[in-house]
Amino acid sequence: MGRFSWVRFLAVLRKEFLHIRRDRASLIMAIAMPIGMLLLFGYAVNTDVDHLPTVVWDQSQTADSREFIASMRSTQYLNPDEFIQGYRQIEGYLDSGKARVAVIIPPDFGKELQKDNGQADVQILVDGSDPTVARAAMSAVQMLGLNKSLEIQGVRLAARGTVAGTSMPLNVETRVWYNPDMKSMVFNIPALIGLILQNVIAMLTSFSIVREKERGTMEQVVVTPIRSLELLLGKLLPFVFIGFVSLTLILATGIFWFGVIPSGSIPLLVLLSTIFLFTILAIGLLISSVARTQLQAMQMTFILILPSILLSGFIFPRETMPTFLKILGGLFPLTYFLEIVRGIFLKGVGMEYLWQDTLILCAFAFILVGIAAKKFKKNLD
Amino acid sequence: MNLAIDCQGLVKRFGSYTAVRGVSFQLPAGAIMGFVGPNGAGKTTLIRMLCGVLVPTEGKATVLGYNVLTQSEEIKQRIGYMSQKFSLYDDLTVKENLDFYAGVYSLHGKTAQEQKARVIERIGLTERTTQLVSALSGGWKQRVALACALLHSPQLLILDEPTAGVDPVSRRIFLDLIHQLAKEGITILVSTHYMDEAATCDYLGFVFYGRLIAFGSPDEMREKEAKDSLDDLFIYYVENEALDDPRNQAFKKGGRG
Repeated sequence: MGRFSWVRFLAVLRKEFLHIRRDRASLIMAIAMPIGMLLLFGYAVNTDVDHLPTVVWDQSQTADSREFIASMRSTQYLNPDEFIQGYRQIEGYLDSGKARVAVIIPPDFGKELQKDNGQADVQILVDGSDPTVARAAMSAVQMLGLNKSLEIQGVRLAARGTVAGTSMPLNVETRVWYNPDMKSMVFNIPALIGLILQNVIAMLTSFSIVREKERGTMEQVVVTPIRSLELLLGKLLPFVFIGFVSLTLILATGIFWFGVIPSGSIPLLVLLSTIFLFTILAIGLLISSVARTQLQAMQMTFILILPSILLSGFIFPRETMPTFLKILGGLFPLTYFLEIVRGIFLKGVGMEYLWQDTLILCAFAFILVGIAAKKFKKNLD
Repeated sequence: MNLAIDCQGLVKRFGSYTAVRGVSFQLPAGAIMGFVGPNGAGKTTLIRMLCGVLVPTEGKATVLGYNVLTQSEEIKQRIGYMSQKFSLYDDLTVKENLDFYAGVYSLHGKTAQEQKARVIERIGLTERTTQLVSALSGGWKQRVALACALLHSPQLLILDEPTAGVDPVSRRIFLDLIHQLAKEGITILVSTHYMDEAATCDYLGFVFYGRLIAFGSPDEMREKEAKDSLDDLFIYYVENEALDDPRNQAFKKGGRG
């Protein structure tokens, strides 16, 4: 075995950069895909439920009912824009999906409210086909009803001359930490760093090696004195570079476009992203050692991507998963990286809480790079 | 005599399949040797063992005085190789391909510039250096591949069916180049299907079903079996061997050939 040669290594490195520059598809994938995915996920994967289209059948037509409708609008959850008459029309609106919520105010609504001891009813119909939407709508109207009741009760007690205590007997005070507005974007965008890096880098890496096999250029390279380490590093380093470009793009878009600002340390984020990047490079390398054509490499990458989206906690919380799926999700480096990236972005925590995930990620990096390098070497010989 | 290649009893098995079954020959330095034989005879496997890419299952061989088992690095640095399949980077220009191979053979700085200038001049690529390889014709591509294989001034040039699928004119130009290189003292090992190419070699080896069934100069071999042409000789050998070989009952019925 000869020694590591910088000349040979640099020759490979330079050639790889030329390939990337010539190959427009790779360039687009490296630059446009991160931004495209970020915009897509940033806007489309939005589980914040607000401004639901709402129809109102106001049979009361009083100041009270109008005030009730106005306070419904001011919750921001419902948009009571359509006014209709009769159940048949309500059914039409809900069936067609033009409205998600229907509010029915009975004729005696105003009268009951004005009565000293009266109880007014309001019926709310909710389209429950999407549970997330239904849950949000229900909690919004229930909260509204409760607040309204308390307010009216206060007025009534005051009118009776009772010294009504303005304070509640029990006061539950809630504070939401880390993401006080509970915006799903704040939750999703940091995670997208992991997902996008995984998809782009695994695909590009495996492509660049499989392409050499496919075109027969590898056959020529193996008869040269180049060592597998030189070839490996020369081929992978450009993708570390691309990985950093993607990372910067995603961070910049996240911060300046979506206004999701990391509350923790960015250098730490970059450092831990680098470890994650190595696990991904190794996965790309492993794919390339199995795949014979670029099409196969693409299919294998997708086999990796789909379960990683579902099982890593990117969308669905891992806490509620059945044990089997939880364990399965634990096999993806992405799972641990998501913990890290969300911890840094949202909670602003440092290594004191992230060391476990970091260790696991390091273990993944070592094992995967080891196996991949070994397979790569064997394939060359 | 100074031997470029000396192999004794080379065997290569892939699982239960034996691709090369005991090949021995000695090639003096500065000679041109041709390998001929039907497709699948084991020529490429044999060549790849001599390049130090495949490890022989049995037997031993030295190439340019280095052991293929233990000194493949030294061998690789001193041989030039060109395969039947065109295998340069066609999204790179001629010059970029040369740059890459110069680097891979550890040439740098002034030496690299000189060597590149030398092969460009030698192969006549001056006008083509800035063209993308994908834009070149088959004949030109082969010449670029040859240029890449010559950058590090190899002592032995191994060509695996270099002219397969190349038009006759380009083939002629390519052959002339090879012969000039041999005159300059480079040993050449070439595998081919073309008998006119084979006839111009100093030594010929017939490879058939993993064995070297005949070795010698073209004239010697023809005289030995009293054949007028190499074509006849080739067909004679194949048929003769086929009759002897129990595996080739199918061969007579037009099977594997």
